[in-house]
Amino acid sequence: MATYTLDINNTEHTVEVAEGTSLLWVIREHLGLTGTKYGCGIAQCGSCTIHIDGTPTRACIMGVDNLNEGQKITTIEGLSENGDHPLQKAWIEAQAPQCGYCHSGQLMQAAALLEANPSPSRDEIKTYMNGNLCRCGTYMRIVKAIELASEEQIATS
Amino acid sequence: MNTTTPSLDRRQFLKTTSGVALFIGVSGMLPLAISCKNEKDIQLQLEKHPLTAWVQLSEDGQITIYNPAAEMGQGSMTSLPVLFAEEMDADWSKVKVAFSPQDVAIYGTEGWRPGTRILMSAGSRVTKSYYKVMRNAGAQARYVLLASAAKHWQVPMAELRTDQGFVINTQDDQRISYGELIPFLEMPETLPDFTPEQLKKPKDFRLIGKDIPRKEIPVKVDGSAQFAGDLRLPDMVYGVLERGNLHGAKPTLTNESDILAVEGVLKIVPFDYAIGIIASSLEQALAAKKILKINWSDSEATGFNSQEIFSEYEKIASENKKGKTITEIGNVQQALKSAARTYTADFKNDYVYHAQMEPLNSVVQVTEDLQSAEVWVGSQQGGDGKLGVPEALGIPPENVKINLQYLGGGFGRRSMTDFVVECVALAKEMTPRPVKLIWTREDDLTYGAYRPLSLQRLSASTDTQGNITSLSHCVVADNGNLATSGIRNAYYDIPNQFAESRGTSRGIRLKHWRAVGHGPNKFAIEALLDDIALDQGIDPVELRRKLMGKSPRALATLEKAAEMANWDIPSAAGRAKGVAFLERSGTLGTGICEISVNRDTGKIKVHNFWSAIDAGVIVQPDNVKAQMEGGILMGMSSVLKERITMVDGRIQQSNYHDYQLLRFEDIPESIETEMIASTEHPQGVGESGTPLVACAIANAFLKLTGKRLRHLPFTPDRVLAVLNS
Repeated sequence: MATYTLDINNTEHTVEVAEGTSLLWVIREHLGLTGTKYGCGIAQCGSCTIHIDGTPTRACIMGVDNLNEGQKITTIEGLSENGDHPLQKAWIEAQAPQCGYCHSGQLMQAAALLEANPSPSRDEIKTYMNGNLCRCGTYMRIVKAIELASEEQIATS
Repeated sequence: MNTTTPSLDRRQFLKTTSGVALFIGVSGMLPLAISCKNEKDIQLQLEKHPLTAWVQLSEDGQITIYNPAAEMGQGSMTSLPVLFAEEMDADWSKVKVAFSPQDVAIYGTEGWRPGTRILMSAGSRVTKSYYKVMRNAGAQARYVLLASAAKHWQVPMAELRTDQGFVINTQDDQRISYGELIPFLEMPETLPDFTPEQLKKPKDFRLIGKDIPRKEIPVKVDGSAQFAGDLRLPDMVYGVLERGNLHGAKPTLTNESDILAVEGVLKIVPFDYAIGIIASSLEQALAAKKILKINWSDSEATGFNSQEIFSEYEKIASENKKGKTITEIGNVQQALKSAARTYTADFKNDYVYHAQMEPLNSVVQVTEDLQSAEVWVGSQQGGDGKLGVPEALGIPPENVKINLQYLGGGFGRRSMTDFVVECVALAKEMTPRPVKLIWTREDDLTYGAYRPLSLQRLSASTDTQGNITSLSHCVVADNGNLATSGIRNAYYDIPNQFAESRGTSRGIRLKHWRAVGHGPNKFAIEALLDDIALDQGIDPVELRRKLMGKSPRALATLEKAAEMANWDIPSAAGRAKGVAFLERSGTLGTGICEISVNRDTGKIKVHNFWSAIDAGVIVQPDNVKAQMEGGILMGMSSVLKERITMVDGRIQQSNYHDYQLLRFEDIPESIETEMIASTEHPQGVGESGTPLVACAIANAFLKLTGKRLRHLPFTPDRVLAVLNS
């Protein structure tokens, strides 16, 4: 067992777990931030996508001890103050989720995309989002929501 | 209200009518929810002022409507409350939705056998089976409000009307909101059941048929939607099971002491087919699972090689001994004898896996006396909604409380209860501590319950004018019951039809998979129709148009889809369109897709998918479109990529790296859905899109290349083999 202090959504959390415990289990099971989901455990589905210093990362394959001092983690709970990130609003407008299980990860991946590329083409969206699986088949609406959010952000910036 | 049916007396109601059984009526007092055993629950209920078993009013005007069905993305959290609110005449902006208690007597619908009731969200049945129930219950809630207002104002009920959350006196225009009526609420002596004729006419719908945003979407974009795996209870421990990759094999654990020595491990729980481990944390349970040393016995599946089994299935199909007859119309043999032409073809499909994004899980707490249990689970329900827990513990159903959570996908997999009963067995060992059971993705895949592999042998005959005179269909499959749905052709005017199922078993776990047998069966039927059309030089839409002469509703979907797809205008060079029609869960649908093929890689690209459906009254149009989009994409995924294989009975895939699903890069440019306007009873939509895909793609491929794909999935290697044949 070892003690780790993590900066998640601008709050410090201390947790005592075995070395090598995945960041996903730390976030979900120890700290109760359960918006981040487990889907495959081998970085094939993207359900557990979080940001580490803004970079989209699969929490399932990241050991808690692989984090560097001072790195900032953002989860779906910290994407916006009141669930009002342009992507979250666009997601509702497009009625994107069905079962919704993969959508925390989809949103976190999409948020990183718009951060890096505020007006992505449809092909750029598909390429950037390709690592995030959705079994309900909501891909069409996710693409639409990302395009809506991109247009909205550009119109208001 | 003067048109209601004669009412049963109150005593009978308590026994028979849903929605009222909850209450003991004491004149002048609020009805009391007697089904609640827990005092805290009763208190909470009272604060919310139950109006009937289905709805609660708060003094601020908020209305909480119960959803009795599972929410797995199909939209029940909105569609069923919409039906209720429509008849209650509620202000939708004030409606909140909660899962109902899992009490089949009150919240169930008619079962398969007369006189039985079930709670079940499967087979696309939710909207269809609750359409009358929810509307009747909504009308009853409105009736209670009207009766209470009538008594309060001392006027006849007939002089009152309602308008979106208000009761209005038609004589003096006095208004009172539903919330303001709370102090005056009274259960009427009798509560009528409403016939469909007494309910709103479709032309008067304010909510049904409108694009209403789904109630649960906001919690699905901020991470707060609660799935069973998200639960964290005080003192909770974690369970995992190792089930091996040979279905039916029995385990012998050979390193028990090593496992018990792993930090945090609390207990080893042996099952017939698995070894269970309970530990203080999930990572500890998983660490112990990783070092399990287990000797597995042989099983019925030992020696089974899924990719070599088709030759055996072909032999079974060729035997003279008939299987189980599914349908027999006219005389196929006679039609074949007098035929001008005959056509015969075999079609095949491999096993596919549900692959819902949330691997199975549940949380169970059993009391120390082993006499009651509480369960948190995302389930498609089934039976009495108690999920096998009473049987597992040998206790009465009323001692089991099921708390339904959101489902991270169902697709049929969550209509099984294995993942609940397993957790009960673990929790029984840890009483009174709650146990969270987690299936890893590998567990979920290798101990899956697949859509069966099957062989379809079809033959058809035509007369001298090219009319199809007979169709004969033999399906050979592991588990006949799961392989026969969709084998009938009620909407095609083919005078002689015969269908049979020839079962075999190799001990592989199987289950309903979205649209069940429709995927493989409709693929075979619709592909054979295009084989005939090609041979006879008839346009595939024209061929179906002729077959639908006696089915105007089916024909309307064909004409609409053909119009949407510009069927008569050929595709650009290198592309082609294919058509398919089918009925699933009562919904009639025609799908047309446009594809191209990379002849070097064998990869099929779907460019566009158009569909037109007749699903009766459409409760939520945008949600129906979403279901069709999702169903078609899941269909594309299964048709182009997915297969589970066994070697010596052992499942060869384990996770998404070797069981590939459709990704963003593969989505079409457009998926368009049109709904035929209808006032008929709603039908099921969730499974309608998926089975259209195989046949539409295969028929487009035939048009494009002149070659026939006959074995699902159409993976690039198979496509290349067909192109080079």
